[in-house]
Amino acid sequence: MSDAMGRGEVAAADLPVAPGLGAGGDGGSGRPGRETLRLFVRNKAAVAGVVMLIGIVFMTVAGPRIYDNDPKDIVAIPLTGPGELAEARLGTDYLGRDVLAGVIGGGTTSMTVAAMAAAMVLVIGISIGALAGYYGGWLDSALMRFTEFFQVLPALLFAMVLVALFEPSMWTISFAIGVVAWPGIARITRAEFLRLRNLEFVRAARAVGATDWRIIRKVVFPNALPPLIVSATLIMGTAILFEAGLAFLGLGDPNTTSWGLMIGLNRGNFLTAWWSVTFPGLAIFFTVLSFSLIGDGLQDAYNPKLRGR
Amino acid sequence: MLRSIAARIAQALGLILAVMCLNFLLIHITPGDPATVIVGESGAGDPELLEEIRAQYGLDRPVIVQLASYVGRVATGDLGDSYFFNQSVTSLILQRLWPTVLLVGTALAFAVAAGTMVGVATARRPESPLSHGATVLALVGFSMPVFWTGIMLVILFASAWKLLPVQGWHDVNYGEGLLANVLDVGEHLVLPALTLGLIYLAQYSRLSRASMLEVLESDYVRTARAKGLNERRVVYKHALRNAVIPVVTVVGLQFGALLSGALLVETVFNWPGLGRLAFDSILRRDTSVLLGVLMVSSVMVIVANLLTDLLYTIIDPRIRLRERSNV
Repeated sequence: MSDAMGRGEVAAADLPVAPGLGAGGDGGSGRPGRETLRLFVRNKAAVAGVVMLIGIVFMTVAGPRIYDNDPKDIVAIPLTGPGELAEARLGTDYLGRDVLAGVIGGGTTSMTVAAMAAAMVLVIGISIGALAGYYGGWLDSALMRFTEFFQVLPALLFAMVLVALFEPSMWTISFAIGVVAWPGIARITRAEFLRLRNLEFVRAARAVGATDWRIIRKVVFPNALPPLIVSATLIMGTAILFEAGLAFLGLGDPNTTSWGLMIGLNRGNFLTAWWSVTFPGLAIFFTVLSFSLIGDGLQDAYNPKLRGR
Repeated sequence: MLRSIAARIAQALGLILAVMCLNFLLIHITPGDPATVIVGESGAGDPELLEEIRAQYGLDRPVIVQLASYVGRVATGDLGDSYFFNQSVTSLILQRLWPTVLLVGTALAFAVAAGTMVGVATARRPESPLSHGATVLALVGFSMPVFWTGIMLVILFASAWKLLPVQGWHDVNYGEGLLANVLDVGEHLVLPALTLGLIYLAQYSRLSRASMLEVLESDYVRTARAKGLNERRVVYKHALRNAVIPVVTVVGLQFGALLSGALLVETVFNWPGLGRLAFDSILRRDTSVLLGVLMVSSVMVIVANLLTDLLYTIIDPRIRLRERSNV
């Protein structure tokens, strides 16, 4: 094992993003048990995060039906301030498009890309981490070298190169984020599998003749879930920030509206029209914040001992 | 000790080689003719140039030969040419490297110093308002897109408080002499470095707080207190040294993310560094420059990781390189 790996472990125990500590209040059965749920619900910040996220998802899903301005339509004079026009409550951008409609409509792209990217991160990260942690030996060394390599690439820059070389579309953007953001999950999964693989109940499963695939899937994986659920929540926030960053740099899907893209397109006018960048930015902020609050809440609920740290 | 340092350096060189191979792979898996990918849109209109590139890169030869010649060229510092700027990618990058290093270094120094201070202060009084404030700040800092934070600061400082410059890294006429030069750059540096440093300040304060709380409960700290040392000495002399180790760890691990953040911050503040260069080359489809920036940035991360590892042995004599590489 390399030294960088050792550092990964230290970080796993200390970082909010990476709770390398095992099962919590529910006795380790993956699904949030009653005790975990109770602790989570009692945590005001976490509940605020859930409420915030429900609000944002509602705005994204139902908003376009209630508020029927199309974010791509020009509805009024460019660069009018918020509150000046009835047809564009939050003002208009440099082309005269409705900022409020953009804030409502932009969520779909951000959330879809983030969800697809997070799914990809989880699939890659969990597969590599599980193989490395379960089998150990040369496979572990090889996979960890591979992971290390991806960790030295500056993630956003690598994603920029990938999207720039291929065409920017929702698929390539999700793919690029997925390719650059998985090493953290791989390390957490590996640490959990390493911890669990020689425990008695895993050895028992092996003794009764269960195949490796079955042990990984049915015995070890469910017990490795709590830290992964926390990380998955936080990965959603990271993916949204990545998507916003890429779109801001002009590497968003040009056919859709997204919060990052709105800020990027209005970068030339933000001194005269602060509203054209402020509101989309607030939307990103609150979305990521809601995921962070939920992630922290889950972490505390799974590991009550770590509370407040 | 020397041998383990050599092994660690060899590992870093291996990673650099891997980055070269990745760059080569990227040129080849991208749809379209590799020659067009290399010259980008700015040079693709010229058939003679494309022929030249094909000959230069040996694109008709076996892939493995191409890879070897590519690695050989990059290893000697030849990253190709920018057909937009009509000069070598290496010289372009060297011009832009210093501003990025300055920005990242300042932001990092600020974040580590201020973050550790806040972390220690809050660990000593975990229930104080400052402590809760720091927790909230860490959450807020993590959730704000860094380019947006930058834009908000630009709006604030360009319209409300006209205290600091918000664009570029030099005024048009900044006076004669070295001092005037340094002061001028320093003044321009404040806002970008603050933008970039704030997120990490929040994270490091949280991290050093957590590790400080743990260290303060340890036996040797109790012993130090029992000996009757004053609290300041216990905290700053005895506990801090151990509490700061996780911060060093995370600085090393996050250096790539920090560099990525710097790219975004540079485009907001028109800071003439690598990020600005990467952004401009995307707009111009100047692929060779973009790949060159990826190469150089990855090498920067690898070097930063190497330095972090060496720093460990200074901060914590218990962690010897030999043991770490044999774990």
